[in-house]
Amino acid sequence: MTILSVDGITVRYGRLTALRQASLKVDEGETLFITGPNGAGKSTLLKAIAGVVPVAEGAITLDGKVISGGSPEDTARLGFSMVPEGRHVFGSLTIEENLMLGAGMRKDRARAGDDLAAVYEVFPMLKERRDKPAGVLSGGQQQMLVIGRALMTGPRLIAIDEPSLGLAPKVIDQVYETLLELRDKRGLTLVIVEQSSTRAMMTGGRMLLLRSGEIVLEGDARSLARGDTLKKAYFGYGEH
Amino acid sequence: MTAILQIIFDALSLGSLYAIGALGIALIFGVMRLVNFAHGDYISFCVFAMLWPSIDAAAVVFAGNLPTFILIPLILAIGAGLSVLSEILVFRRFRNANPATMMIASFALGFVLKHFLLMLFSSRPKSIDLWSNLSLPVEVAGARIPLLQVITIVITILILLGLTAFLKRTRFGLEMRAAAENFTMARMLGVKANRVIMLAFAISGMLAAAIGLILATQSGTADIQMGVSVMLVAFIATVIGGLGSLPGAVIAGFLIGGVSVLMQVILPLDARPFRDAFVYGAVIACLIWRPQGLFAPKSAKQRV
Ligand SMILES: Nc1ncnc2c1ncn2[C@@H]1O[C@H](COP(=O)(O)OP(=O)(O)OP(=O)(O)O)[C@@H](O)[C@H]1O
Ligand SMILES: [Mg+2]
Repeated sequence: MTILSVDGITVRYGRLTALRQASLKVDEGETLFITGPNGAGKSTLLKAIAGVVPVAEGAITLDGKVISGGSPEDTARLGFSMVPEGRHVFGSLTIEENLMLGAGMRKDRARAGDDLAAVYEVFPMLKERRDKPAGVLSGGQQQMLVIGRALMTGPRLIAIDEPSLGLAPKVIDQVYETLLELRDKRGLTLVIVEQSSTRAMMTGGRMLLLRSGEIVLEGDARSLARGDTLKKAYFGYGEH
Repeated sequence: MTAILQIIFDALSLGSLYAIGALGIALIFGVMRLVNFAHGDYISFCVFAMLWPSIDAAAVVFAGNLPTFILIPLILAIGAGLSVLSEILVFRRFRNANPATMMIASFALGFVLKHFLLMLFSSRPKSIDLWSNLSLPVEVAGARIPLLQVITIVITILILLGLTAFLKRTRFGLEMRAAAENFTMARMLGVKANRVIMLAFAISGMLAAAIGLILATQSGTADIQMGVSVMLVAFIATVIGGLGSLPGAVIAGFLIGGVSVLMQVILPLDARPFRDAFVYGAVIACLIWRPQGLFAPKSAKQRV
């Protein structure tokens, strides 16, 4: 079943068109990788879905409801949880406050308590430091925190922008392990922006390649990453 | 010894006004990156809300005659209402505008409020008699301190404690602190922007009303300019404190109050009329030493 549908959206920053007529569908429970060179518009795509940047054309629907034109908080309340590029922990808030912030929109406060326990179970390191300001965490720990925080909103879909940026390979492995475990256990849908196709190959799922604001390639992550179609499309060989 | 005590109370009570003013400005700046120059006019507006419109020199007291336990909540509510209304009618339209545009909008709003009051009350200051028995001195450790100073300091401490508890212990407070650090991220976690901003405006308006009540009681006059002079110093305090830092704003407010009172005492007689020049000189020195303010919040730079 389609959970998220993006239909021909265009996003502009002033005169620059960062995303041109992009369309995609995400099925419930699947993993979608979005890849592409720097400046391709990957972050812009996620921000448009999250409602952080306005779309000039097209529509976005989540679970059958039109969310384009709405506010970030409304989109979040419909079950779309975004982990933006650069993580953005609230450095002056404690780790537990960071997590509880995500639980604010839940009507079932009791479930939020269970979720907090669940997040602490996945990331025991967070529990040990729960009363420390989040600013003291290392990059990898912050990545854990923002994933945990995204989970606290009780989402159906989590979108993560470059989770491996600036992390050691071992830590990246850990982050992905957790993500996939969560996907399998909770039936979460994952949309992951990732520059390297090797991750997509290891993990599997669907992959989509953005270049200069357009979706130029789409297919199974493993088969795309194996051949050199991806490389060609990535750099735009043999077109101009 | 008693002279020193007197100076300390002078400094604390003057600093209290600046601190509450700076807090009101810093709260709004925190969530909206808006420096609200209309804040001083909220103060005057709240004072004049106690009077019946007239251009006579003697004020026709209206709401001001109500019993204290009704008057104080009423004036606080008027401050909150005016502040929230200005958010809904004016600042909401500029939410995505750049800070300079918002600042100019706040200037314009201030002018509108000021001239509205001028129209109803004329520019002549009016005498107004609120709780005048509070100016009687009380004995504190041998020094004779006006009761109002003691009350001002106590009220300020209560406000600071209350606000801290609100920010640290409640859900709204958590959302407000998060929004002040990174509004977009907070919204992506479901924090409702309008609610947080309106709450900040409401609290800020109540702080303005509190200053209005204290100033009117202290001076026994209602003057359209009365809010603006406090606002100017309070604004400087928020900058020195590090824009957006609430503790910074409070500490800097008390600091400026303290320096002003101290200058009044230690400057040679001939120089005293120029006290403010010395105070602002100290402000400039402070900003040269730490341009980002004493307690610049780490967050002020980046947002998603
Ligand atoms: N706030 C903004 N204002 C103006 N232009 C922007 C803004 N954000 C992004 N852009 C531009 O839009 C284009 C797409 O940017 P985007 O951040 O979406 O790329 P990206 O694929 O995420 O790149 P990266 O891999 O470097 O993160 C780029 O040309 C970028 O310079
Ligand atoms: Mg990006």
